[in-house]
Amino acid sequence: MSWTLALPELVLACSGLILLLVGVIPKQETFFPITMGAIGALLLTAVLVLGQGEGTALGGHYVADAFSGFMKILSLGAAAIALLVSIDFNEKEGLGRFEFPVLVVFATLGAMLMISANDLMALYLGLELLSLPLYVIAAFNRDNARSAEAGLKYFVLGALASGLLLYGSSLVYGFAGTTNFDRLADAFSEAQDVSPGVIVGVVFVIAGLAFKVSAVPFHMWTPDVYEGAPTPVTAYFASAPKVAAIALMARVLLGPFGDLAGQWQQVILLVSIGSMILGSFAAIGQSNLKRLMAYSSIGHVGYALMGLAVGSDIGLRGLLVYMAIYVFMNMGTFAVLVAMRRQGRAVERVDDLAGLGRTNPTMALWMAIFMFSMAGIPPLAGFFGKLYVFLAAVQGGYWTLAVIGVLTSVVSAYYYLRIVKVMYFDQAAGVLDRAPASLTIVMAGTGLFTALFCLWPAPMLAAAQAAAAALLG
Amino acid sequence: MNAAGFPLLSLLTFLPLAGAAIIMSVRGDDEVVARNARWTALWTSLIVFLLSLILWARFDQSSAGFQFEEKLNWLPEFGVGYHMGVDGISVLFVLLSTALTPLCILASWESVTSRVREYMIAFLVLETMMVGMFCALDFIVFYVFFEAVLIPMFLIIGVWGGARRVYAAFKFFLYTLLGSVLMLLAILYLWYNAGTTDIPALFEYQVPRAAQAWIFFAFFASFAVKVPMWPVHTWLPDAHVEAPTAGSVILAGVLLKMGAYGFLRFTLPLLPEASATFAPLIFALSVIAVVYTSLVALAQEDMKKLIAYSSVAHMGIVTIGIFTFNQQGLSGALFTMLAHGVVSGALFLCVGVLYDRVHSREIMRYGGVAKIMPAYALVFMLFTMASIGLPGLANFVGEFLVIVGAWRVNPWVALGAALGMILGAAYMLYLYRRVSFGKITREDLKALLDLSPREYVVFAPLILLTLWMGIYPQSFLSFFEASVAALVARHEAALNISRLAGM
Repeated sequence: MSWTLALPELVLACSGLILLLVGVIPKQETFFPITMGAIGALLLTAVLVLGQGEGTALGGHYVADAFSGFMKILSLGAAAIALLVSIDFNEKEGLGRFEFPVLVVFATLGAMLMISANDLMALYLGLELLSLPLYVIAAFNRDNARSAEAGLKYFVLGALASGLLLYGSSLVYGFAGTTNFDRLADAFSEAQDVSPGVIVGVVFVIAGLAFKVSAVPFHMWTPDVYEGAPTPVTAYFASAPKVAAIALMARVLLGPFGDLAGQWQQVILLVSIGSMILGSFAAIGQSNLKRLMAYSSIGHVGYALMGLAVGSDIGLRGLLVYMAIYVFMNMGTFAVLVAMRRQGRAVERVDDLAGLGRTNPTMALWMAIFMFSMAGIPPLAGFFGKLYVFLAAVQGGYWTLAVIGVLTSVVSAYYYLRIVKVMYFDQAAGVLDRAPASLTIVMAGTGLFTALFCLWPAPMLAAAQAAAAALLG
Repeated sequence: MNAAGFPLLSLLTFLPLAGAAIIMSVRGDDEVVARNARWTALWTSLIVFLLSLILWARFDQSSAGFQFEEKLNWLPEFGVGYHMGVDGISVLFVLLSTALTPLCILASWESVTSRVREYMIAFLVLETMMVGMFCALDFIVFYVFFEAVLIPMFLIIGVWGGARRVYAAFKFFLYTLLGSVLMLLAILYLWYNAGTTDIPALFEYQVPRAAQAWIFFAFFASFAVKVPMWPVHTWLPDAHVEAPTAGSVILAGVLLKMGAYGFLRFTLPLLPEASATFAPLIFALSVIAVVYTSLVALAQEDMKKLIAYSSVAHMGIVTIGIFTFNQQGLSGALFTMLAHGVVSGALFLCVGVLYDRVHSREIMRYGGVAKIMPAYALVFMLFTMASIGLPGLANFVGEFLVIVGAWRVNPWVALGAALGMILGAAYMLYLYRRVSFGKITREDLKALLDLSPREYVVFAPLILLTLWMGIYPQSFLSFFEASVAALVARHEAALNISRLAGM
């Protein structure tokens, strides 16, 4: 039976349903045990992914290979960390409802299905399964106008993006006669010239996916949604869905549409350059940390897409390494953001970090590590992420892309440094509350990874290499 | 394994980090932590310095190759490895870094009172990065250390600096980062085309002619900012003025040498043709730097700013020496770098002595200091004379050699360098006169105390070095003679090949 290949997804789906049932039955609030159960389910699934075989299943709709394994581990890890980060925050903000972890589990399931999609229909189903819980958790703080606005905005624009994607898929189907990735690849490799309808379809598919990764020019929703959603939700938004959408983009473009590289490369190139420039300049003026992180994430997507724009195996490897490192530094940064409370109230302005270097040296140290890493300063992990995508760009001869990339990274260094400046150079504005243990663990774990990645980069590079080889065959 | 029998260079590089870890783990009230941090940092840096003396003793001066080599696999499939080693060009800079760090820590013993623990950690991390950078024999490892220096220096300027520290710290960081990232692209190009980033292996690789100019300018963007050369020197006066005394010492003593070292280590051997082609450009910029910044120094009201501008002028002489491509010029450049490291560091310490007492760097604020602090005035005079290039003191030998080397290439360049020495005498003597002589116009100056025992300890090694380098320069020159000769021979051979190919 081929469905056994999809065991990780099946296990996660069943765990989600069980958690939902268990959450409903008791009279009192079950947020904490359900969250723990959800984290356990995610980790169990990750173990199953590690032991997963390779091949296609479910009538060719589902594919498992080293690439999907790499990206799934990343999404699952990010989701687990996001849940860990949410425990304390949700309880203090009165959002401690068991639906939250269950929704995150289902969203992550959607992300996994997206990563393993081998068919345009499966792609769409995975994407929607990911998106629907996201709409809900964006508005999870439903009594707060900004959170509700974030949810609504995300829903309306997300629906539009889904529409674009679906329209693109139908065009591709109409002109190529199949939705299966393998057969699409065959069709395009044999064809002498491809009809413009397919090209238009591909561009629509890219647009739909670019919305999910919040790349320019489909980024408009990002700052508002990031700012309005509860901080742990933002942490989740900036990691697992992004990883899944980037993975899907790589799979779709390099797999079935790999022979059309000449057509889509320029689109990705422009999207990448636009994201890098916007991400570095627009964040300079931000005073809200979550908004700043939104623009920063747009910029980081630009760098990651640089690897895809090059289209080589080195580029793909760069993209994978970049996303992996990005997830770690991003989760760490958000752990700090979630921990920012003054007298029990959550604060999220850059100025609220003032003097953190004196009042809470440990947290300031982690934050400084994340900021220097995001700016791409060696010997921190972020530098190596950038190194590999730049290497790919240089190797492919994309000098303009590489030069724009390094210049925007200098510009973006300014606003990351500004946070370090506020923490270390400015007078303390007041003491932040002590961070709870769960957040301290996340900060220390991701911080140590970011700081010490340089000592032993070989395993991750080998995994990324294997993943890239699996996709490009 | 190597001449020391154990991984000496890695130990020198990473031992300071161990000290930083110890400091970080100390708990207790502020006073205890501060005292612990000071002593731990001092002992760590002294041990590192003593260990580095092994390099001095066991270095084979007759060999031009790399010594004390260490190799570890890091990313073998990418041709990147952890490769450390020193040759005649780099060995003395390792010693300079390890010697200046304990002095800096001692110099900030009393002047730094807030966040002592973080300060000492920053200095130890800085030492790791500096030593690592001079030892690195892999381009990626080099770049990692080269860039990582920015993090502790940014914090040192920004946290313990003067009034405009934030502006200065950002300017320093972003200026140097902008230069370095362009170099990174050139490194990536070399990496991809040569298949390795191992520096000795890269020396075997011939960079295509068409690419040389581009790579030259990418390197130039990084190293020229670090040196700093005119017109990208503007970050230096700001950074120097705002940094705490010890920060200025390291900045002038070691960090400025990183750019010149980069030219020597990478630009010359890897890009012989482009170096020869663009040497006139470097000469022009250097002569402008020497003359222009000397004139600017004459007009300064702030002691640190004056010495900062004088650093730019001295480094102009260094870059002239490097691009003469002959034995005298290159040896002179290396010697000037070392001498400037000692002398300008000492001058910043001299300013620091006054600043600690009066809390002002304004020249007009002083006058007649020689009457109140005779010992200090003597020390200050010694270093002033050394900076001017008085024979018998450190700077003279290097600058003289550079002028001789430059004369062989182009007498006008030599004239520019000599003009810089004359102007140097003008601004340094003018500074010294205004600070030390004249009437004591301010009452509060009369109460100043002369050098304390701790300050004697800080100055003594620097005085000794200055005299030693001036009186018996051979003991330093002999370190780099073989390496410089090999570098010159390589450069000429490479040019001859391309000349033949061009015919």
